[in-house]
Amino acid sequence: MCNSALQVEVIIPTQTKYLELIGSIGEHIAKDIENFSGDREILAYHLNLVLTEATTNAIKHANHNPKDTVKISIHIYDKELNIKVYDHGQGFDLDALPLPNLDQPKENGMGIFFIRELMDSVTYTKKTDCNILEIKKYL
Amino acid sequence: MNLNLEKINGYSVINIQEERIDAHNSGELKAYILKLIEQNELNIIVQLENVRFIDSSGLGALLSGYKHAAAKSGKLSLVSCKPQVLSMFELTRLNRVFEIYTDLPEAFENQT
Repeated sequence: MCNSALQVEVIIPTQTKYLELIGSIGEHIAKDIENFSGDREILAYHLNLVLTEATTNAIKHANHNPKDTVKISIHIYDKELNIKVYDHGQGFDLDALPLPNLDQPKENGMGIFFIRELMDSVTYTKKTDCNILEIKKYL
Repeated sequence: MNLNLEKINGYSVINIQEERIDAHNSGELKAYILKLIEQNELNIIVQLENVRFIDSSGLGALLSGYKHAAAKSGKLSLVSCKPQVLSMFELTRLNRVFEIYTDLPEAFENQT
């Protein structure tokens, strides 16, 4: 992978009041990105949503230490937008998450569904010191 | 969550005064709607004109209200969704669950 044209790294406390900040960074990036021929308004909403859902997920799975943080890093390469969200919680098994039954909608469990629907690749890796949700969108 | 409640034609119209519904404020919205239903306000219309962003927790809060109202033979409908907000209902097929109207007059015309 060649060097990224743009790199943004944000570290926030595990509090939902920071979701708007993270989402708005996604919107700005979508409007600024080079080499994108699709609808930027739609990409802006999707990046806002994906970053909001991924960060919410990390906050939800965080440990209970009030000093815990979530790190979000966004890299834009020539043909790929790459988002990594790092949490320090127990983690979860992404592959074991059931697909929501859209004919019998439930109130929860739609966040990862949105990320999977709107982006091209989603993985979750557990490491000894943190977990990483990695999301890719090919440009 | 900034919102206000109006009683119009016997309906409880909740005007959401936020641009964004996410996990930070959706719990409050859900609790507000459930409290209305507990008070037997069973004809609810949620006005989304100001909302330009909704996430899965926001959809969940509205769905919770819809289900609780329906359980008491009530109704929760939505009006004035911006296109991108509407697209979230379409992606989750919740547009087939909720009655979604262009504006309040259309909602009143179609209520039975």
